[in-house]
Amino acid sequence: MSSAPQLDIDHVARLARLALTPEEKATFAAQLGSVLHHIEQLARVDVSGVEPSAHAFAVNNVWQDDVARPGLPVEAALRNAPAQRDHMVVVPKVVE
Amino acid sequence: MASPVLPSTLAATAAQLAAGQLSAVELTRAVIARTKAVEPRLRAFNSFDESDALAQAAAADARRAAGQGRGPLDGVPIGLKDVIAVKDQPLTASSRMLANFISPYDATVTTRLRAAGAVLYGRLNCDEFAMGSSNENSAFGPAANPCDVTRVPGGSSGGSAAAVAAGEVLAALGSDTGGSIRQPAALCGVVGLKPTYGLVSRYGLIAYASSLDQIGPFGRTVEDVALVLQAIAGHDERDSTSFRTEIPDYRAELAARRGPWKIGIPKEYFGEGLDPEIGAAVDQAVAYYRSLGCEVREVSLPHTPYCLDTYYIIATAEASSNLARYDGIRYGHRSQNAKDIVDLYFQSRAEGFGAEVKRRIILGTYVLSSGYYDAYYLRAQKVRTLIRRDFLEAYREVDALLTPTSPVPAFKIGEKSDPLALYLCDIYTIGVNLAGLPAINVPCGFTRGGLPIGLQLIGQPFREADLLATAHAYDRAHDWNQRRPNP
Amino acid sequence: MQYEAVIGLEVHVQIKTASKVFTRVAAGYGHEPNTLTDPVVLALPGALPVMNKAALDAIIKAGLLLGCEIAPVCKWDRKNYFYPDSPKNYQISQYDLPICRGGSVEIELPGPARNLMGEHKCIPLTRIHLEEDVGKLNHGAADSLVDYNRAGTPLMEIVSEPALHSAEEAYAYLTSLRATMIYGGISDCDMEKGQLRCDANISVRPVGETKLGTKVELKNLNSISFVRDGIAHEIKRQIGVIERGGTIVQETRDFDGMTGTSQSLRSKEEAHDYRYFPDPDLMPVVVDDAWKQRLQAECPELPFAKQRRFLEQYQLPYTLTSVLVWDRALADYFEEAARLSGKPQAVGNWIVNDLLREVGHARIALTASKVRPAQVAELVQLVDAGTVLANAAKEIFVEMFATGEAPGAIADRRGLKAAPTDSGELEGWCRDAIAANPKALAEFKGGKESAINAFKGPVMKAAKGKANPKLVDETLRRLLAAI
Repeated sequence: MSSAPQLDIDHVARLARLALTPEEKATFAAQLGSVLHHIEQLARVDVSGVEPSAHAFAVNNVWQDDVARPGLPVEAALRNAPAQRDHMVVVPKVVE
Repeated sequence: MASPVLPSTLAATAAQLAAGQLSAVELTRAVIARTKAVEPRLRAFNSFDESDALAQAAAADARRAAGQGRGPLDGVPIGLKDVIAVKDQPLTASSRMLANFISPYDATVTTRLRAAGAVLYGRLNCDEFAMGSSNENSAFGPAANPCDVTRVPGGSSGGSAAAVAAGEVLAALGSDTGGSIRQPAALCGVVGLKPTYGLVSRYGLIAYASSLDQIGPFGRTVEDVALVLQAIAGHDERDSTSFRTEIPDYRAELAARRGPWKIGIPKEYFGEGLDPEIGAAVDQAVAYYRSLGCEVREVSLPHTPYCLDTYYIIATAEASSNLARYDGIRYGHRSQNAKDIVDLYFQSRAEGFGAEVKRRIILGTYVLSSGYYDAYYLRAQKVRTLIRRDFLEAYREVDALLTPTSPVPAFKIGEKSDPLALYLCDIYTIGVNLAGLPAINVPCGFTRGGLPIGLQLIGQPFREADLLATAHAYDRAHDWNQRRPNP
Repeated sequence: MQYEAVIGLEVHVQIKTASKVFTRVAAGYGHEPNTLTDPVVLALPGALPVMNKAALDAIIKAGLLLGCEIAPVCKWDRKNYFYPDSPKNYQISQYDLPICRGGSVEIELPGPARNLMGEHKCIPLTRIHLEEDVGKLNHGAADSLVDYNRAGTPLMEIVSEPALHSAEEAYAYLTSLRATMIYGGISDCDMEKGQLRCDANISVRPVGETKLGTKVELKNLNSISFVRDGIAHEIKRQIGVIERGGTIVQETRDFDGMTGTSQSLRSKEEAHDYRYFPDPDLMPVVVDDAWKQRLQAECPELPFAKQRRFLEQYQLPYTLTSVLVWDRALADYFEEAARLSGKPQAVGNWIVNDLLREVGHARIALTASKVRPAQVAELVQLVDAGTVLANAAKEIFVEMFATGEAPGAIADRRGLKAAPTDSGELEGWCRDAIAANPKALAEFKGGKESAINAFKGPVMKAAKGKANPKLVDETLRRLLAAI
């Protein structure tokens, strides 16, 4: 993290499945460039021997017993679907 | 029917309802009238369902009449930030992406408010997907600050703060990931509590940054906030991060816990960038605590300068993954301009998300991407450990920390366009989220221009009763909360 | 040049649970589309995952059965990628801390003959982790339809080391792994229902070469036979490409078991970037010794161990054991009948030859058979005591299978028991038979033991086939000795 990070905005937008206009790309690249520049200072922190915190208050083994309970009726499940047929969600043809 | 004059606080309202001096329907009608009067200028609500609210109120009156009242919240209209699921009501996150989404289920907090008898009233405006500090990122237009409608109410829970400040509801729920309850509470002059991470279930809260998000109440007084917290706090088996802890009677504890407390002033929170009027008001509050016999001492949270960066790495990384589900497949905005299934994702998300959401998704995707994970995300999680340690270290010496909530008072809508400048609004609030601690904004004055100022008290994990009592000691003795803005 | 194939298998096994892995809506197969969903399965805004204890028990048990090291601590990671069958567009999985590491699958290769045991090998495992299954896409002509019923079903990914070297080994590996999972009650492993799915990574190299060749991933191997056929086909294809001077391209290929051909799905030029990170919505899992010990106590004896025991304890021939041990219910059935009768080999023969034949014809499960182990044992004892003759016993068995009646009762009712002959009468028939055949008498006296059989036919004839053969034999010997 010593040198200025290079944000390949096309690559990252592709990973995030976001279509960006050329204007958005230019704006975001500049804005995020300055954010990333700010973030550079984290490199100065000595984190040797420090455990990462995934949770503020980690508790182990949080689970439920395997007892099925009712789910959503199919009408409720598909209530917000943009397109449906035969109780299934319709999407453009998926080519595997 | 003439609207009765609304009581100023939830606690007073509850007393009137209990005494039969006011019915829930009358109260709800008054709230609706108030909402209709101020909303054209305030835009605190994305939507509200008048007939549904009146039906809930009538049910509450019927319960009371039958001697089956459910306590102080029974029949009281409470607004919910539009990121909390209410069955059969819209759930938009103030985003085009979910503009037409109707939730088929209740969030746990919603279920609990229903159980307490609250009238679930309206969907409150916020920054899109709770990302922002000004409410300007709402796809439906920014909510305004009731004290000055040309100014922002803060964010992301801007609508919640504005609605409570303007008397449109007696209390509201918001969510706080980096200050999204406390900062708008400060800017609008109301009380806002971010509980300890894990005290209130996140089930049914639209996730922004899962390890930081927490739902909390807004109210006009600390007592009001305690009453709402009572209804929503406690373990929920549907949220794995929900904590098993005993829930005391928060209102009873306000009076029972009287201090004096040892209060720490973190020196890093009073540096460059703090508006002098805010600094002065907070100093006054510190003086008040001293006058109560509290010991006040300076403490240090040495990793404070790294909070903002740590926050933006962790929050955006989690957000990039949490927001992946908004793809227009099962629900949400689906582009009509896509040429194939892959393009459908790109176009739907491009059309459905606003600029700030896209910016944070890009940043979060980048910090998690191959080759950068260790340098950004993993390092940020380690720095987070150090930030938590700072706080826990301070709590060896003091009971609570006192800081300003926001470095600046409410600014003009459209005034801050640089994302980094806006991110700096959260500088005093984000450390609390990274450490998972409870913290509360309490109004502590006004600027010469009449804008509210708030102080932040930061408490110890799962010790909300102590934090609320500490805040109440100040709040009950001051009348900042009596000012009723009339937008 | 001689080539060697190097194969690693990634096997996905659905765990048999009542509810899904991160929410409590029911899991299942064959339901109407989108009837097994809830806010979590559909990834509705605000939904959160909660672990299923039974799924954890199952994977730890699988790990114990396969000799894996069970991680004392493991966690959940998000694997981020967009696909219409993935509701959250990330899959909850385990990246760097899988719950099981190491371990192995014991396999048996085909022996030199059907009745001889083949070579055994242990195929080392890399890891087993738990994740969630995705929904199902149904492809139409113009669009695709998504059913989320399967989404969120607990799924184990069992990854082998690249330590298999032929299609036969892969076949044996899957057979053994499948039996282990079924034995442990972890999964039904019905490949037609997608409960067990297999992808293979295959490369070839000249024999003696230590560097691995370029690997090709073979997908959609949806029956155990297709795994064998697909791998055999791919090995041949790769050798063919190399021998024609070509190079192997790293790619994913789809094998069509019906036509026996494969085609390229996509080349791996755009490598995935899954952006794994720990799932903040789920807490870590800590597995202590008490938990492991409790599951260890539930672990059944596995087929190969059982086979070794059957060979030794019951002195069964290999062919019988190789039928009996692969089905836990069948092996248990056998052991009970063997215990009740004290005649393991006879019981084994009845079960493998007669019972399995009848069960097969009737198209029912062994557990649905009206013939219980006690009845098989009784029948074996009747035959052994000479009370029932071999042909009669076959008849009794068929009737017993149809009615569930006890074999002795059937024999009585249908007069199939050997005659409880009056000893004087039998002795008379024996004397007559010896007197009628001096040649056989001379031969017997001359030391030809088998000559005694020449007297038995006439005795049986005189007894109308109902004499107790054991008694006939004893009587003849007594009389012959006295002459």
